[in-house]
Amino acid sequence: MPKVTYRQHDGSEETLEVRAGTSLMLGALTGGVEGIEAECGGSCMCATCHVYVDEAWLDKLPKVQVLEDEMLDDTASERKPNSRLSCQIEMSDALDGIVVELPESQI
Amino acid sequence: MATDEAAGLVVIGGSHAGHQVAIAARAAGFEGPVTVLSDERELPYQRPPLSKAYLMGKQPREALLFRPAAFYEEQGIDLRLGVSATAIDRAAHTVTCDNGTVLSYRKLVIATGTRVRPLTVPGSDLVGVHYIRTLADIDAMLAELDRVKSVVVIGGGFIGLEGAAALKTMGRDVAVVELADRLMTRGVGKTVSTFYADHHRSQGVDVRLSTGVERLEGENGQVTGVILSGGETLPADMVIVGIGVLPNQEIAEEAGVDCANGIIVDENTQTSDPDILAVGDCAQFEGRFYDGSLRLESVQNATDQARTAGATVSGEKKPYDSAPWFWSDQFDLKLQMTGITVGYDTEVIRGDVAAGEFSVFYFKGDTWLGTDTVNQPANHIASRRLLDAGYALSQAEAADEGLALKELVKAARKGG
Ligand SMILES: Cc1cc2nc3c(=O)[nH]c(=O)nc-3n(C[C@H](O)[C@H](O)[C@H](O)COP(=O)(O)OP(=O)(O)OC[C@H]3O[C@@H](n4cnc5c(N)ncnc54)[C@H](O)[C@@H]3O)c2cc1C
Ligand code: FES
Repeated sequence: MPKVTYRQHDGSEETLEVRAGTSLMLGALTGGVEGIEAECGGSCMCATCHVYVDEAWLDKLPKVQVLEDEMLDDTASERKPNSRLSCQIEMSDALDGIVVELPESQI
Repeated sequence: MATDEAAGLVVIGGSHAGHQVAIAARAAGFEGPVTVLSDERELPYQRPPLSKAYLMGKQPREALLFRPAAFYEEQGIDLRLGVSATAIDRAAHTVTCDNGTVLSYRKLVIATGTRVRPLTVPGSDLVGVHYIRTLADIDAMLAELDRVKSVVVIGGGFIGLEGAAALKTMGRDVAVVELADRLMTRGVGKTVSTFYADHHRSQGVDVRLSTGVERLEGENGQVTGVILSGGETLPADMVIVGIGVLPNQEIAEEAGVDCANGIIVDENTQTSDPDILAVGDCAQFEGRFYDGSLRLESVQNATDQARTAGATVSGEKKPYDSAPWFWSDQFDLKLQMTGITVGYDTEVIRGDVAAGEFSVFYFKGDTWLGTDTVNQPANHIASRRLLDAGYALSQAEAADEGLALKELVKAARKGG
């Protein structure tokens, strides 16, 4: 199973197996990783599943769609060029090893 | 009366609002035991996918859970599943459960939500008649679905229509019967209602407006048809009832806590008894987004009120004051709503209704109440932020297609 590394704001890291087809948001929640709220459950309505994607992986991700782009303007922590909503990133074998960093705050 | 030193926070109900109260209380530094009582047997799970992805088999069961069991343990949250609270003794500061347990509380949060309004016409208890509220409800539907060809949905509200769209997409013959003269009357205005009726029809759903249901008919205890007010019979081997919900407020009422259409709370989610709070679908409140008092049935309301309650029980203040928002997924359309728009008198439309990309801004006199958008997320988010900021959008601004609402948000934030 492909792996994802979630890096907390304080630098601590957890690496988890996340099944292909599952979102990085869900991978974090079911794996007990803290720092993601995901109050809309992945409907791209809340922007509380914000992550910063390690630059090396940015190009491999599906493009940001309009709704995600709008929501990203509304995150609690600063939007950066590598900001994404983790509910919109589906895990795949191509993303095996991806590293994402969690922002200081989601709400 | 003195409360037990060891008594902590007790939360009745473990869904969107209840589980979030416990998490928020811990996040706010609540000390002492935190107990969540839920009369459902599942770990806390999300309801919105029940009428959407889960019904269509696109979201596995595990993916409905908010958190794994271990999370609650780590947070020091004692989650008691399959346990129903039956009575509150305010003087003694205790809650009695159906398993005989009596729990002492320092603070009590009622997050009992709502239950479905039952259909009462003759035949309502036939096999094949379903409701959409709990995971168990959907599992019961799914268990029958293989042999179902025709479905009649009674009630053209959000949940009924989502169910209709899902089942139509899954290849069933679907009819929707609505008593009012338009769909989703409580949530959206006329233009959006008409657009959705047209869209459902274009997808092959038989939408009947201004139509009541006389009775259901069956054979050998299994539903076979729905008899409409005009006498016509619609064939049905499954009936889905979505005619609204009732707040679970009896436990508060019986304890003498003030209730109306819901348990009455203030901006800190406290009831008429300051040690008892209420949040989510069961709570009624007043706020700046609506003239009068209301009860909201949405994830946003449940989550935000729960955060307020978590702060309140921990001795902090975080008054509930966020702009309401809600969404609904039907077929490939994304409907997003913000504000409370009932009682509007004017609709201002941007975009192209026929093309299924538009926004409706609702006004009462000169006052902007809120916005519904169909496949125009930018206008949704900007409207939400403008409402939060207390911006008084004018009809002229709403109508000006050249004016990006986002620019107004920036200006409103700078100014305010
Ligand atoms: C099918 C469906 C689709 C939806 N879609 C959307 C959507 O797209 N967007 C949106 O914003 N909202 C949606 N909603 C609404 C949203 O799910 C509700 O607003 C939300 O669930 C409210 O949360 P709550 O915790 O206040 O109440 P509830 O979810 O009703 O939970 C209350 C819980 O308390 C339990 N309980 C009640 N009494 C007791 C007792 N005495 N002791 C112990 N436990 C008790 C109940 O069994 C229940 O588990 C949808 C709802 C449904 C049913
Ligand atoms: S979970 Fe709400 S936007 Fe991702």
